[in-house]
Amino acid sequence: MNPRIALVLKLAALVGLIVFPSFGSSFYTEMVAKMLILGIFAMSLDLLVGFTGLVSLGHAAYFGIAAYTVALLTPKYDPANFWIALPAAVLAAAAAAFVIGLFVLRTKGIYFIMVTLAFAQMVYFIFHDTALGGGSDGIYVNFKPDATIAGWQPFNLDEPLQLYYFVVAALVAVFVFLTLVLRSPFGKVLVGIRSNEHRMQSLGYATFRYKLAAFTLAGGLAGVAGFLYAVLFGFVTPEYLSWHQSGNVLMMVILGGMGNLAGAVIGAFAFIGLQEMFADWTKHWQLLMGGVIVAAVLFMPGGLSALPGRVLKKLNQESKHG
Amino acid sequence: MSNVLLEARELHTYYGSSHILHGVDFCIHKGETLGLMGRNGMGKTTLIRSMLGLVKPRHGTVSVRGDVMTGGPTHRIARQGIAYVPEGRGIFPNLSVRENLQMAARAGVDGQRDWTFERVMQTFPRLAERINNGGGQLSGGEQQMLTIGRALMTNPDLLILDEATEGLAPLIVREIWRVIREIRDSGIATVIVDKNHAAVTSITDRSMIVVKGQVVFDGASTEVRNNPELIQKHLGV
Repeated sequence: MNPRIALVLKLAALVGLIVFPSFGSSFYTEMVAKMLILGIFAMSLDLLVGFTGLVSLGHAAYFGIAAYTVALLTPKYDPANFWIALPAAVLAAAAAAFVIGLFVLRTKGIYFIMVTLAFAQMVYFIFHDTALGGGSDGIYVNFKPDATIAGWQPFNLDEPLQLYYFVVAALVAVFVFLTLVLRSPFGKVLVGIRSNEHRMQSLGYATFRYKLAAFTLAGGLAGVAGFLYAVLFGFVTPEYLSWHQSGNVLMMVILGGMGNLAGAVIGAFAFIGLQEMFADWTKHWQLLMGGVIVAAVLFMPGGLSALPGRVLKKLNQESKHG
Repeated sequence: MSNVLLEARELHTYYGSSHILHGVDFCIHKGETLGLMGRNGMGKTTLIRSMLGLVKPRHGTVSVRGDVMTGGPTHRIARQGIAYVPEGRGIFPNLSVRENLQMAARAGVDGQRDWTFERVMQTFPRLAERINNGGGQLSGGEQQMLTIGRALMTNPDLLILDEATEGLAPLIVREIWRVIREIRDSGIATVIVDKNHAAVTSITDRSMIVVKGQVVFDGASTEVRNNPELIQKHLGV
């Protein structure tokens, strides 16, 4: 698609998000906030899957670690300090990704998929089977982190509307940040690794370090999403780091179109939207969802984000021939 | 310091249980031009890949500028000023021509920056015309020029060209040979793997012939050229 049109569409989407709460009820505002947070999560995974060519099936681990960090940092009867909780959550997720990355990045292809899953399951069972985070019952975040500094409160996450706008701002920030990263020489190296890692090594790049940096960065950004998710719902359970969650976010990326940041966000919206819709119809909603994913892979190369471009091309061809 | 850039001693390489290289010795000096010849499947590419650490040899040693780096990390060997233009080309299709070149840019081992973006553009006017095209949109010949240009951007002391002219139109092939000659004259050592033995022997100082994983000839290129029997026996189809 023409980059100018794409920019206009993105800005229009942003305006839509900004005015949305004045139309939707608070239920829908919270649902859109959830979609946006999962959009951040999906973008972080897309950095690995779509740009570096690393298909991780354990990305929920970093999301969950950040969510648990907020929960564990929040005292029972007081809010946590926002300026400590957010960096701590992101750093914990990034540190976990760094350490796990040191091991898993030594493998390739199907083995990489399996070991990322294995490590994520280890983290899952740490929280599921120990009393650290309340075991399988999870843990409540009774108070949302407080952003007051020196008596001044720049924003109040207890206000649903302010929380919503904070999530929108976070999405924009992560989107812009990743766009700049991918535009930088570092981003070009990642794309090079995806198309041919040996070739990059022959050019003198120590590809392991680049992959580790990407893996750590993706873990940290998944942590941003995990932090927001815990704050939005005030509740953290081991399910946040289960392999279902890892699978869901991978499906969002595939649905939206791999290697396209806006696509990852579109994928998150579509996934949650379809999930809500199907769950309304039947309790076997996963069956329908599976069908949609299979159909998307078969008939929509490039995912939803590539759809407008393909439709335009088709129309152009027809107008030329017709 | 000796002026041997890349040296292999007694290399034995296997792919699974097939024994590909049977004790190959190889060396190339600074500024030297070497032709590496042999029929298909004789182990030329395996020899190169073994020396660059892309395949781990089972026995033998590889030294780069006198340091033993057998099976060492490829990126570290490449950083010693060795650029590889692989068979079948190797552009990054999802990066533009400019990005393909710029990602490789660096100073050579001795800090030399002879090959700049501008110089590569002058050497390959065809690439200059297509600077913002995606790598995947180029023709085969243009992709080959891009691969060579990208290798030059690393300011190497040694350039290894594996079947650089294979499958290209005659006009493009002539253009590639012109560039190889220019590279040779600029003082970069080159290893040339090519089927066209007449062209290889006329451009190189020394030639090696590999048959079934063993070196059967290593000597002056003029000697190969003046010995039709040698060519017929080991290179004839």
